[in-house]
Amino acid sequence: MSRVEHDALAHAAQLTALPTRAELAASWVGFRTLLYKEVLRFWKVAFQTIAAPVLTGVLYLLVFGHVLDQRVEVFAGVRYSAFLVPGLVMMSLLQNAFANSSSSLIQSKIMGNLVFVLLPPLSHLEFFAAYMLSSVLRAIVVGLGVFAVTAWIALPPVQAPVWILVFGLLGAALLGVLGIIAGIVSDKFDQLAAFQNFIIMPATFLSGVFYSVHSLSPFWRALSRLNPFFYMIDGFRYGFFAHADVDPWQSLAVVAASLLLAAVIAVRMLARGYKLRG
Amino acid sequence: MSIPAIEVRNLVKRYARVTALDGVSLRIEPGEFFGLLGPNGAGKTTLISIVAGLTRATSGQVVVNGHDVQSDYRMARRCLGVVPQELVFDPFFSVRETLRIQSGYFGLRQNDDWIDEVMANLDLTAKADANMRSLSGGMKRRVLVAQALVHRPPVIVLDEPTAGVDVELRQGLWQFVRRLNRDGHTIVLTTHYLEEAQQMCSRIAMLKAGRIVAMAPTRELLARLAGVQLSLKLGGPMPPQLAPRLVEQSDDRVVLKVAHPADVESVLAAFREAGCPIEDIEVGHADLEDVFLQVMSDEPPRRAA
Repeated sequence: MSRVEHDALAHAAQLTALPTRAELAASWVGFRTLLYKEVLRFWKVAFQTIAAPVLTGVLYLLVFGHVLDQRVEVFAGVRYSAFLVPGLVMMSLLQNAFANSSSSLIQSKIMGNLVFVLLPPLSHLEFFAAYMLSSVLRAIVVGLGVFAVTAWIALPPVQAPVWILVFGLLGAALLGVLGIIAGIVSDKFDQLAAFQNFIIMPATFLSGVFYSVHSLSPFWRALSRLNPFFYMIDGFRYGFFAHADVDPWQSLAVVAASLLLAAVIAVRMLARGYKLRG
Repeated sequence: MSIPAIEVRNLVKRYARVTALDGVSLRIEPGEFFGLLGPNGAGKTTLISIVAGLTRATSGQVVVNGHDVQSDYRMARRCLGVVPQELVFDPFFSVRETLRIQSGYFGLRQNDDWIDEVMANLDLTAKADANMRSLSGGMKRRVLVAQALVHRPPVIVLDEPTAGVDVELRQGLWQFVRRLNRDGHTIVLTTHYLEEAQQMCSRIAMLKAGRIVAMAPTRELLARLAGVQLSLKLGGPMPPQLAPRLVEQSDDRVVLKVAHPADVESVLAAFREAGCPIEDIEVGHADLEDVFLQVMSDEPPRRAA
């Protein structure tokens, strides 16, 4: 190697003040940046990602509350509107957690800008955690928004806030992870829309948001028990009324197991680079 | 011997029906300005994608600065700055946000001094706070280059960086890339503009149908394969037996390809025998385009997997 080459290399080494492997792993800067970017992404279009779902939730309450308040009493002594509020909060929370990670991924795939996160030294676990947590954050903001507005119309009691927190967080995490899976698997917007319209929407609508499964025929009641969304809504509602269709511990077990299963699938997909790294 | 900037060992990439890379091996030394040429579909972008970790190889190995791109991907990617071929951008962010975020992905905070310098070098400073969506195609291309440089990678890969870019940016970009190369950065370039490759690259590999069909220092490649070109002004019709040598024909001149200087004699003899007077003659060396065309026409066609 000539002296000039050697000097040039020494200069390059100085130029390249990059973190080492250990520093990269320990600093969390990459993960935090990806999380920040994902939060900034939905925050910049908050009118669409937060205000719109809050409005939708309120419209459901106004319409169903108006029609059913005088006719239906699900839990003794509880107004139908008040019964509906936790379900609506949880439904908005779940749908937006799913929408966040799935739409972010599909947009990045179709726009091609996913390379910006595939080229850097981010691990698949950092990738997973950042997309999941940003979905949880958006879900919480939307959930709080729906609650804050609907509580003006009908305020439900808050009997066991820890359960509310536990099911809110786990439910948001589960749907955020399902959104990651759907975003990875889908190649086009209409495939993602199929996930949303044919799986997520029916599962949330038929989970007991608008009714107690005790009011159903035995067949539909049994079917509801196969739906993990039922346990999320039921456990979440237990936190408000201290009254539920099934034991909250059983709901917790189902939701936690579902989250674990979904997380294992998503992390394995990311580790293998399934559909992301050809 | 120093650790190579990029080492590719027997790389194979098969898709369902096509073999994109068919046993590629190459070694790029630190500080080199290396050109990767080939027609569309030759496997250039596949090769770069595997180096960058965007695609997984079917078999073979790629090592960047001593780090395997699969087993030690963090370190390998940290050493690499890639300018992708497609004009991609994130419409949610401004130029500065884009560059800050990209720095963060590489573990860097407080990188604004370098970001400012990169933006200044690429004439992006005036657009720092503009949203990516509002930028012209050329400006978006500059941001892509800046994104690849935020972490000062020792190895910089440019995949057709000047496709659809105006002359001004092209020159500015090359000036900047040359400076980076002088500062010790290894540059790997794929381009369709052979003139650029000839001017910029110290060494060139030519890919065809997933295989390297030529690899040598640019000067050597030109000398070895190009031969001589004769530009002649004729006083009569050209003898038909010279037609295979014809490279170009205008109203009053013909350009003939001659593989070895020794063959000039026989060409001139053919004109003499045909009674065709030569009014003017210029002798020149062929450029990389001629080399490229010659190499590409020599090799057998693509094999199906």
